[in-house]
Amino acid sequence: MDLELSYFLSEIVANRGMLLQGAWTTVSVSALAIASGTLLGMLIGLALAYASAPLRWPARLYVDLIRGTPVLVLVLATYYMSTPLGLPLTPFQAGAVALCLFCASHVAEIWRGALQALPIGQLEAGRAIGLTFPRICLYVLFPQAMRLAMPTWVTAAAEMVKASTLLSVIGVAELLLTSQQIISNNFLNLQFYFLAGAIYFAINFCIDMLGKYLSRHLEGAGKPRSPV
Amino acid sequence: MTVLIDIQDLHKSYDTLEVLKGVNLSVKVGEVVSIIGSSGSGKTTLLRCINLLEAFQGGRILVDGQPIGYRERDGKRVRDSERRIAKQRAMTGMVFQQFNLFPHLSALDNITLGLTKVRGLSRAEAVEQAEGWLERVGMLAHRHHRPSQLSGGQQQRVAIARAVAMKPKVMLFDEATSALDPERVAEVLDTIRGLAQDGMTMVLVTHEMRFAREVSDQVVFMNAGRIEEQGPPQRLFGSPASPRLRDFLARSGI
Amino acid sequence: MNYTFNFTPVWQNWPLLLEGLALGLGLAVLSIAIGSIAGLVLAFCATGKHPALRALAFGYVSIVRNLPILVIVLFIFFGLPQLGLAFDKSTSFVLALSLYAAAYMTEVFRAGLLGVPPGISEAGQAIGLTPLSIKYYVVLPVMLRNAMPAFANNFVSLFKDTSLAAAIAVPELTFYAQKINSESFRVLEVWSVTAALYIATCYLISLLLRGLESRLRL
Repeated sequence: MDLELSYFLSEIVANRGMLLQGAWTTVSVSALAIASGTLLGMLIGLALAYASAPLRWPARLYVDLIRGTPVLVLVLATYYMSTPLGLPLTPFQAGAVALCLFCASHVAEIWRGALQALPIGQLEAGRAIGLTFPRICLYVLFPQAMRLAMPTWVTAAAEMVKASTLLSVIGVAELLLTSQQIISNNFLNLQFYFLAGAIYFAINFCIDMLGKYLSRHLEGAGKPRSPV
Repeated sequence: MTVLIDIQDLHKSYDTLEVLKGVNLSVKVGEVVSIIGSSGSGKTTLLRCINLLEAFQGGRILVDGQPIGYRERDGKRVRDSERRIAKQRAMTGMVFQQFNLFPHLSALDNITLGLTKVRGLSRAEAVEQAEGWLERVGMLAHRHHRPSQLSGGQQQRVAIARAVAMKPKVMLFDEATSALDPERVAEVLDTIRGLAQDGMTMVLVTHEMRFAREVSDQVVFMNAGRIEEQGPPQRLFGSPASPRLRDFLARSGI
Repeated sequence: MNYTFNFTPVWQNWPLLLEGLALGLGLAVLSIAIGSIAGLVLAFCATGKHPALRALAFGYVSIVRNLPILVIVLFIFFGLPQLGLAFDKSTSFVLALSLYAAAYMTEVFRAGLLGVPPGISEAGQAIGLTPLSIKYYVVLPVMLRNAMPAFANNFVSLFKDTSLAAAIAVPELTFYAQKINSESFRVLEVWSVTAALYIATCYLISLLLRGLESRLRL
């Protein structure tokens, strides 16, 4: 069994530009999906938690439908369906949209859970001092809910990075497709898939650390005495 | 009367905190001993040591003449095997403050589990004996109920039946009524009283002073990891010698 | 939008789609069974006293959970043959999904174990049950009930992950959907029917597991 380590190392060096480019695509498409999906998801989650039925039911339907569909099907469907739907998307765009939709469905559930975990008295106290609902959200509910949602949100963010590998199937040259392209030249399957795994692990590990840092940071800010 | 439990110079600590500082106590066959004292005095820990739910670092506990939990090997003190300890535990029955019934089993199966797996009875024999004990504690009608369907007092009566069905030589009660609603206390105390009248050897850790005075042959007052005073209930409650016990009784409203 | 719906190619291939769905379900059930057994062992390691076993369990979980499942699938199918470990497509995929499921199930069962009140183990000790008997007759049944909701969620997730088997040409539902898509170009029809099949199956799985959970509730 020969792992051809010196050849592997020289191939990493030779392809470092491609690998970095791929990793950058992975990070940027994930970041785009996480940012847009979080915003969309917070709106949907808000509707799930507080809206009246005509708004809540479409939100619930959205979340259940997206969560019942595998991400790969979501990615393929977004990509292929965009053209007949009259809005042709590049693979990168289609991938970003699919991941955003997926991320939003997760964040919506996380956000709903966090909002509903807050004592109802918080909303009532906000009303009692005459704040409008948007302001109650902004000043009273969101800061508390964010602290509750942080750990699960970080897990969801890491899920997005993992899900971004599926964009390789529609030809987005992210880290995995880049690795496959390199492998098709040098046949170092084992080594380059291992390398790809290590890089994904490193990215998610960083997200995990960042999440822990943020959780600690948020903990200091006006933590309620009793656990909610 | 022969001595059933003999505790000799028992020492127990959690890391650097010594909670039992040399306890000596003997319980004779058929005797009812109540342990009283403020929280943190070590009374629950003492009870849990008798059932080996707590490890102890010094001294010995003999049940029916044989030392439990530890043995000497090459001059060193080693803990008995878990299998052996399980056998020793079967000699003592334990009733917990929080009942600790198995939540996934019916009242009946809470009792038959030990009868079949520890005492090796057949299912039919186990059911027959378990039903006998359930009747005894007034819970036969509820034999197919899960713990979550029973009140606290009912759960505790099932727990007592579970412990006593194992035919232990001694029953240990760890604040058996402390977690109950006030109106549920009497039914559990009645059950315990019934066992005492049958001649069961019992050690009770309790806050129920009136009950302790009524059923006990001996009362032990613990303070700061030691036995401060002990004696028959009339003397202990009637003319306490130690100022700490007088203090404690005054605070307990006696 | 100028699109005329024509579901004929989809209905013509309906048996293939169902076959693919059944294969996906089979792959999921097999992998989840293997992963659950491994996860159970690792969960006992993670909550046990032995520091080396605890480190092993936590290390395994944190590594596997931070890896994309697709990378694991490709690594096993294309990479391992270089070490002389060659498996066919389906076996490779079951292996990959089992490894993945084991990590998630470890977390599910670990949380379930932490939710078992210590008092009931003590009650088992007090009536003289051996440590193994306590685990089997008392801790395990209570833990499994605690773990049911999270188990159901992960079951659905892992079933959805079987769509990735298409990446190594295992003929499950997504594979056939892609095939029909490229042969007929009935894009909207194929993908809406495929998504509907997945959604319905996920819904049925959670319905089934929720029914089981409520029957077992304490």
